[in-house]
Amino acid sequence: MKDQSILLDHGSGGKLSNELINSILMPAFDNAILEAQEDGAIIPVNQGRLAFSTDTFVVDPIFFPGGNIGDLAVHGTVNDVAMCGGVPQYLSVGLIIEEGFEISQLKIIVASMAKAAAAAGVRIVTGDTKVVPKGACDKIFINTSGFGFIPDEINLSASLAKPGDRIILSGNMADHGVTILTQRESLEFDAPIQSDSAALNTMTAAMLKAAPGIHVLRDPTRGGVGTTLCEIAKKSNIGMKIREKDLPVDQSVMGVCDLLGLDPLYVANEGKLLAIVPPEQAEAALEACKQDVHGKKARFIGEVVADHPGQVVMQTAIGGARMVDMLTGEQLPRIC
Amino acid sequence: MSYQNLDSFRDPEVAKTLSGLIAESCQSPMRIMEVCGTHTVSIFRNGIRDMLPEDITLVSGPGCPVCVTDQKEIDDFIQLARKKNVILATFGDLMRVPGTQSSLQKQRAQGRKVKVVYSAFDALTLAAQNPKKKIVFCGVGFETTAPTVGACILEADRQGLKNFFIYSAHKTVPPALDALMSMDTVIDGFMMPGHVSVIIGADAYLPLVEKFSIPCAIAGFEPNDILASILTLVQQKEAGESKLENTYSRAVSPVGNKKAREVMEQVFDRVDASWRGLGVIPGSGLSIREEYERFDASKAFELPPARSAAPKGCICGAILTGKKIPPQCPKYKIECTPTDPLGPCMVSSEGTCAAYYRYHGAITKVY
Repeated sequence: MKDQSILLDHGSGGKLSNELINSILMPAFDNAILEAQEDGAIIPVNQGRLAFSTDTFVVDPIFFPGGNIGDLAVHGTVNDVAMCGGVPQYLSVGLIIEEGFEISQLKIIVASMAKAAAAAGVRIVTGDTKVVPKGACDKIFINTSGFGFIPDEINLSASLAKPGDRIILSGNMADHGVTILTQRESLEFDAPIQSDSAALNTMTAAMLKAAPGIHVLRDPTRGGVGTTLCEIAKKSNIGMKIREKDLPVDQSVMGVCDLLGLDPLYVANEGKLLAIVPPEQAEAALEACKQDVHGKKARFIGEVVADHPGQVVMQTAIGGARMVDMLTGEQLPRIC
Repeated sequence: MSYQNLDSFRDPEVAKTLSGLIAESCQSPMRIMEVCGTHTVSIFRNGIRDMLPEDITLVSGPGCPVCVTDQKEIDDFIQLARKKNVILATFGDLMRVPGTQSSLQKQRAQGRKVKVVYSAFDALTLAAQNPKKKIVFCGVGFETTAPTVGACILEADRQGLKNFFIYSAHKTVPPALDALMSMDTVIDGFMMPGHVSVIIGADAYLPLVEKFSIPCAIAGFEPNDILASILTLVQQKEAGESKLENTYSRAVSPVGNKKAREVMEQVFDRVDASWRGLGVIPGSGLSIREEYERFDASKAFELPPARSAAPKGCICGAILTGKKIPPQCPKYKIECTPTDPLGPCMVSSEGTCAAYYRYHGAITKVY
């Protein structure tokens, strides 16, 4: 393409739109369903249940250690489908691009999306591109929708946690949120911190194979582990007991949280999952999780209890107890 | 400090020993005020109340800088954000604090330029990067924050910046404690703020201890720091002693940080200041000295006369003086929540009401 930045005409539906689609998007997301270029993707369907999810990504900055807005958009939707027990298969991509955005950056983002989709075993089969005037959006926004079929024997829901179930967290908390915050505000720390953005469908498939009776799978994204557990406790009307000493947090991430007055329990993750598993399958689920490249640090963090339904209580590291409530509003850094 | 060393201040065995000693030592009811909001949050986050005998009551004091910021000052920040060509730079805590009519968060949503910064120096950088804009920094905080803000003013002076302003709403802790003890409050011991003490030094509290004969302990923020300070306070009371003990000596010296204090003295004058919920406390505020008044936002901008009104029915004053706890407020959790707060105590990350809301449930001593 001759122009080095996005023009409003790239979203006009005319020649430049076609050029953008054919020179950048189609080769990147290369597959037969997309190449048909119908008004929508025509997809052969099996019998059974469909898990369908959509999410829009407006992250700032768009490039960060551990990923960029493109692979994040693929991972986010793949994970949402996977947490429903679905095997993610097809994605749609909606791009909203600000006039003046550099095409070289778009190419990097699109290549990351293609790579992330290939790694997750999903195909990007339909999409849309809009270009908006300078200032009408911030660089680039991406919407992804996706679906996958749920195997017959799998039945997952946030309302299915039962007393006695054990709670698995697949790795360190707060890596993504702290990475984005430190990048956004140009806070410089010696310790390398990077986003955990990753597709977890391979992990969920392995866990469900090892422990098909898993009751709940959720990825604790915005609101963090604390808010996600509270949501499950409320929906299942059960209590939860978690142990602070078992909550994994990278020491550098903990240091930044301490400094800024943030509680890692409420900071966003993009490559972690929580699993609520019946006790007889818990060890098998944990082992399967640990075998995955993204689950090496997985561990049990607590149990589901019949007491205090709807509430999550944490045994603190020093032996006290405290309530864990949902995050209310964005966590803001403190004065001192 | 290494993390290994830090771990000892969170060691559960040490915590168990300390709480055992506290229970053993405590023979009569005692009300301890944690002056600092960061202590309040650490106490809740670590479940420390759960580890203390019932005779010990912990009450929160006026040590959250956002919570004690006067309504007029909040309203002035909002007015400044509405000024043409102004970028208002603020710490995140202030964003949701309700003014009489609006909040900085609402102003930002309406298109005003309000920027959350992590240090006063970030605001200075903004000023250098935006020469055509006027950058106003909301100077809220205690002795911990004031020296950095003072250093910024000196740096702005050195650079000859003409578009950098500070609205100084800074306050100092010792006069507030003196005022608090002169009120009809029942406090048997003070847990003194760690960060503030790093700057002003342990000796700064000696006049208070002498004047009011009250046990005082300077505490760090790790759970075992807090338990150790509670133990010394209980032991003092039971022995009939009133002295100052420094249980945070790894960070706090008797004289504090001389350089930081010198910067503060160079840039600011001590003035009477109005504290939310406590009223005017003599000599407890810091205004920018005449020599640096070109950086003073309260003089550089026209601000409306005081017509600020604290929300009706809000019992901030009783909470900040330890007379009441948040669940005793009729508005708590009903008309006042973190997403729709009536007062700053519910919205600041160090606020007493916010800490109660987030961590305090019906459940105690269950595990």
